[in-house]
Amino acid sequence: MTFAVGDRVRVADRAHAGHHRTPGYVKGRRGRIERIHGSFTNPETRAYGSDGLPEVVLYQVAFELEPARTYVDVYEHWLEEVR
Amino acid sequence: MSEHGHHDHDHPHEPVAGDDGPAATRARALEELLVEKGVVEREDVRRNIDWLVSRSPGDGARLVARAWVDPDFKERLLADARAAASELGLDAGPSPVVVAVENTESVHHMVVCTLCSCYPRALLGPPPDWYKSLPYRSRAVSDPRGVLEEFGLELGEDVELRVLDSTADIRYLVIPRRPEGTADLDEEELAALVTRDSMIGVAEPLAPASAAA
Repeated sequence: MTFAVGDRVRVADRAHAGHHRTPGYVKGRRGRIERIHGSFTNPETRAYGSDGLPEVVLYQVAFELEPARTYVDVYEHWLEEVR
Repeated sequence: MSEHGHHDHDHPHEPVAGDDGPAATRARALEELLVEKGVVEREDVRRNIDWLVSRSPGDGARLVARAWVDPDFKERLLADARAAASELGLDAGPSPVVVAVENTESVHHMVVCTLCSCYPRALLGPPPDWYKSLPYRSRAVSDPRGVLEEFGLELGEDVELRVLDSTADIRYLVIPRRPEGTADLDEEELAALVTRDSMIGVAEPLAPASAAA
């Protein structure tokens, strides 16, 4: 696993044509790893008939949004390190 | 429908049978294809739908009531909701993982799925229509306190509101705060106070008096 609870991360700000589970309102935003959910099959390939392997780690990331702290589950390949 | 777009509606159409919209037609066509190609069997589809619609918020309410009366169980529920559910003979469902979160005096959780309608169906049954609506899905993030007020829940300024967006494989179940004045109630009476909406985090559980009604 690349990230540990408490790490600062940034969600990749990239377009993705096709099914994916990273909501637009957190793309490009910084957050903090709150929880490590474990490894799951990749919905981006599973949606198109694949077995979704290799599995990817799913993190719960906390974002300090203006109205309220919001927790979003984000797969590892959407997260970037923040130094 | 697009196939009607090429002519003027100056003549009556046959009434559409039933309440099937385009989505229902598409779902039926998909099922036909999946069955025809041997991906699923019709009996599996029927059995799964039967099982899902037979679930109800009463299952989640039993978990919450047990957590209220048994702190050790609550810890197990927070640590591993699937295992805790199976202690009560409840099946948390095949895949997605269920994570329970606890509301306290100082922290309030509410759950949304901004991308679609992810919901802990195995423990709460089918989601309410508003949960799947675009206004709830967007405003739960952009104006969560406003949404809660419309549900009749005014959080104190000092209460930290946490919005949980179940975007992926996790389904969230809120353990609401146990209401005041319930010290004498048994577990079954407590479970009757636990509403569906309180386990989504948009309402408090019922007060003991109103549950008697």
